[in-house]
Amino acid sequence: MNRALRPLFATTAIFMLAYLMAVAQFPAMLSTRVVGNLLTDNAFLGIAAVGMTFVILSGGIDLSVGAVIGFTTVLIAVLIMWVGMHPLAAFAVALIVAAAFGAAMGAAIHYLRVPSFIVTLAGMFLARGAASVLSPDSIGIKHEFYSAVSKAYILLPGGGRLTTIAMLMLLVFAFGIVLAHRTRFGACVYAIGGSETSAALMGVPVARTTIGIYTLSSTLAGLAGVVFSLYTSAGYSLNALGMELDAIAAVVIGGTLLTGGYGLVAGTFIGVMLQGLVQTYIVFDGTLSSWWTKIVIGGLLFMFIVLQRLIFSTSARKRKTVGTP
Amino acid sequence: MPQEHATLLRATGIAKIFGSHRALDEVDFDLRAGEVHALLGENGAGKSTLIKILTGAYQPDAGQLEVDGQEVTFRDPQQAQAHGIGTVYQEVNLLPNRSVAENLFLGRQPTRWGLIRRREIEERARELLKTYGLDIDVRAELSTFSVAIQQIIAIARAVELSGKVLVLDEPTASLDRTEVDLLFKVVRELKAKGLGIIFITHFLDQVFELSDRVTILRNGRKITTQALAGLDATDVVRMMLGKDVAFDHHLTGIDAAARGAVRVEFSQMGRAGSVAPFSLTLHEGEVVGVAGLLGSGRTEVARLMFGVDGADGGTVMVDGKPVSIRNPAQAVAAGFGFCPEDRKADGIFGDLSVRENIIIALQAKLGWFRALSREDQIELAGRYADMLDIRAADHDMPIKLLSGGNQQKAILARWLAIDPTFLILDEPTRGIDVGAHAEIVRTINRLREEGLALFVISSELDEVVAYSNRVVVMRDRAMVAELAGADLEPDAIVRAIAGTGPAQAEARP
Amino acid sequence: MTRPTAHLRPSSKPPAGRPRPLANFFTRPQVIALALVLCVNWLLFPGFFSITWQDGRLFGSLIDVLNRGAPVAILAIGMTAVIATKGVDLSVGAVMAISGAVAAVMVTSGQPAWLAVMAALAAGLVCGLWNGILVTVLQIQPIIATLVLMVAGRGLAQLITEGTIVTFSDPVLIFIGTGTVLGLPTPVFLALALMLAATLIVRRTALGLLIEAVGVNRSAARFAGISAGLLLVLAYTFAGFCAATAGLIAAGDIRGADANNAGLWLELDAILAVVIGGTSLMGGRFSIPMSVLGAVIIQAMNTGILISGFSPEFNLVVKSGVIILILILQSPISANLLRRKTTAHSDGARR
Repeated sequence: MNRALRPLFATTAIFMLAYLMAVAQFPAMLSTRVVGNLLTDNAFLGIAAVGMTFVILSGGIDLSVGAVIGFTTVLIAVLIMWVGMHPLAAFAVALIVAAAFGAAMGAAIHYLRVPSFIVTLAGMFLARGAASVLSPDSIGIKHEFYSAVSKAYILLPGGGRLTTIAMLMLLVFAFGIVLAHRTRFGACVYAIGGSETSAALMGVPVARTTIGIYTLSSTLAGLAGVVFSLYTSAGYSLNALGMELDAIAAVVIGGTLLTGGYGLVAGTFIGVMLQGLVQTYIVFDGTLSSWWTKIVIGGLLFMFIVLQRLIFSTSARKRKTVGTP
Repeated sequence: MPQEHATLLRATGIAKIFGSHRALDEVDFDLRAGEVHALLGENGAGKSTLIKILTGAYQPDAGQLEVDGQEVTFRDPQQAQAHGIGTVYQEVNLLPNRSVAENLFLGRQPTRWGLIRRREIEERARELLKTYGLDIDVRAELSTFSVAIQQIIAIARAVELSGKVLVLDEPTASLDRTEVDLLFKVVRELKAKGLGIIFITHFLDQVFELSDRVTILRNGRKITTQALAGLDATDVVRMMLGKDVAFDHHLTGIDAAARGAVRVEFSQMGRAGSVAPFSLTLHEGEVVGVAGLLGSGRTEVARLMFGVDGADGGTVMVDGKPVSIRNPAQAVAAGFGFCPEDRKADGIFGDLSVRENIIIALQAKLGWFRALSREDQIELAGRYADMLDIRAADHDMPIKLLSGGNQQKAILARWLAIDPTFLILDEPTRGIDVGAHAEIVRTINRLREEGLALFVISSELDEVVAYSNRVVVMRDRAMVAELAGADLEPDAIVRAIAGTGPAQAEARP
Repeated sequence: MTRPTAHLRPSSKPPAGRPRPLANFFTRPQVIALALVLCVNWLLFPGFFSITWQDGRLFGSLIDVLNRGAPVAILAIGMTAVIATKGVDLSVGAVMAISGAVAAVMVTSGQPAWLAVMAALAAGLVCGLWNGILVTVLQIQPIIATLVLMVAGRGLAQLITEGTIVTFSDPVLIFIGTGTVLGLPTPVFLALALMLAATLIVRRTALGLLIEAVGVNRSAARFAGISAGLLLVLAYTFAGFCAATAGLIAAGDIRGADANNAGLWLELDAILAVVIGGTSLMGGRFSIPMSVLGAVIIQAMNTGILISGFSPEFNLVVKSGVIILILILQSPISANLLRRKTTAHSDGARR
């Protein structure tokens, strides 16, 4: 069996088991209402995590996504409330700015030959700083488009709501899956994550792909910012503080190898849902406190890092002995 | 047969200079269609530099390349590939994490509306590999296959993309016999199709088995290009290693009996897949030389002795007492020292000063809290720098700024500073200038006279003969012969390495 | 071979340090940068350099810069050791929160202050040890290994404080955050003491040299008989200890433990301070005092932005500018330019 899929199977099994146990304890959790909320509440995290998946698949890391989300919400609020733009125009501007920002980080990572974490760290400072320079205070957004969007949803049997932003997230995941597994760009991302030297020797355009990866990540972070803006109807520079860690955790728990080359976008979806499930369970339980989310996520993260370590180091050792007498 | 085929690739007067080092000097090379042309030489002979020039990874400083009679210049490997030259390296340069099919078609996947047509790729990959006699699941991850299969997949990709010249850079280094046969079958079929194949290996029997002609390089110069039909293994080894073998050996007239008491005793040390179990006793005031081609297991023996790799079994006795050597720190504690072959990767601390590089092993042996004072460091570094004539303007300058020879002397000084009982030197004179070379040989002789036990690996036979009391010969990851006394002369070593000497009990299949 | 002559080496220099004439100190880019930042601050606020003595304590903007910069300086001291081994510790901010939480909860539950302090420091040591074990025994890349505690650490801190901001009025803890020792604010005193102690320890023992050796070339370190694993564990444990100290200061300063905000993003400031101080992220040569200087530069910038009336968040933009500048200076392009200079120099140096 493909060893790369083993962490994903573990995640899926853990998710199913956790969900079943939660349902056994609180039968109300088995409803389309809960599922609908799970999707809506984690929409922005899911969208950003798709971008993060590509970054981690290529062997990098993007610490700037939370800050880009925060910046985007502020930019959109400023454009709508102060400049008077239509929300859709504001979204387009925000996405273009985010894309350019990501392209600049990708170029810096490739051409300056510095670790991605330090470049995206600078990006994080820059985006947060720029957001608070735009407006240090929270800006509420009032626009008929926002109320229209919040009223637009598909009613699921059982009373659950599939909201616009939840559908948007599902769409982004579908897009991510196709991009990763069915396009040349996706093949190049996996190639760079597998071995950058081999990839370059095999003719992969490393510079173009690296810039593309970070552009994608920032654009999706920008889109997550759009969703966050729709979700909260406000722009604030400290929105989504530390969200990059949740996104990284979702990707890793979803079975993507932190050193790159192995993983599936679909796994990230399960990673996001597992995080959401933990939160939902804690809300249902009522006695557990919210900090357990962080501890459980940290524990899962640790478990999966060790699991990957075991799977990939033992198979590497096995492979080494193949071919020697 | 090959004579009637056209010349595919011709290189004339190729030179390449790195800094002050002349890696290639006026080298000519030609490759005909439908031949396997072996390229032989020890480390530093220039074969990898030549290959990198032929495949576009390096640009020559002089000389010209012709493909099909047309003069060409390659700016990068992609350009060489476009001219029909493909390469397969020892460490397979494919993507271990992707499927076989994807590895074959990366960069040229057929698409429809921007989407990769995966089924078509898989179908074509399956058919392509069938022509190589492989019927495997092309959807499986590359790393799940043996290295031999991976090599064949790499060959298939290279031939698909280039299709005229195939360079095989040590493709068999980690294959077993059946895998080698599988690979050779593929190579012979490609040869029959008219491809020109450059074959680099350090297994002589494989050279004879597969190749039509051979080019031998030594110290950046071409020694010969000729048909293998008229040669035997001894001739080839002699051309690879010897000056002309008629050199003045036993310069110092070592008295093999002048050695002292037993110092270090290794018995039944070995490591599966690396070195067959060996036993070796070293005496005070004795130099044991090690001869053998690259890949014969000579470095692996040194690594086992020093605890860099863990031995599967066996014991070590120092001065009659058993010691445990599971890691280099224990080896240093037991009084061992090791100058590794890859000076840059395993030897020097490039950013640290010459002085710190010299005292570092002694400091490691003393532990964290018994720090050498600055005065002690200066004194030690000064003493050993004088003793070995290490030329540095200042002992506080980073060692990476020194020449290779001075770096090597500094590493030797590092071990002399711990006052060792046993010293392992792996290719101590490779890639360094003549003056440093002489200084290191002088030092080896002096250390022997001072009563050290030394284990010296070298592919310079004249040199090994000149300073060794005994020479052990390695072939195919085992110690196969030991020469001493009157037998200790280069020609006998050459015969033992080639497997044709009298000391040989067994021959390789 | 001629020995380096005695007048080149100031006698106060520790043994393993490189000889540097005092003049060199003032031409270092970091010192010039600090001087520039301070001058800008002075132009913005003419009273910037005035220091007064009042109630047995120094007052003034400069003292304020040092006081505010002390937690990052302390983090940077530990981070220097980790980065010198070619690692990085992303968890120090979370460890600050844990340490503050431990101390606060213990004093509010009636334990003596000294025990609370010891427990907080022990918690930091355990966190560092955990990171060190992940890096050495499980051989997980440092950035990934320490990410685990970065994610879970704040949760653990909240678990200890049960989600509230635990306030206290214990005089000892408050003294650590806001007291005065020898006329200096306690945090400044602690930072200086830790800097001196750590510098003395790494330079008077062989630790500094061995850590540098491991950071420069881990393989060569192994061949030279250095036990790299122990050194790595030690470096991470020390970083945990420093983080715990900084956590006590942060808690004492606000008289409470805020698990959400204590030390938030300070790991990034600490890394930045170390990089500004000249220790390369690729490991090797390090200087603890220079990292502390880096922390002071960062704080001086923060203060400058504050007194010039910009919003405090504006310094994030400035920080990112500093990182970008450093990255460009360290990039292969400028390294090539530099190499041309140094090879010319070394050719001259060779005989």
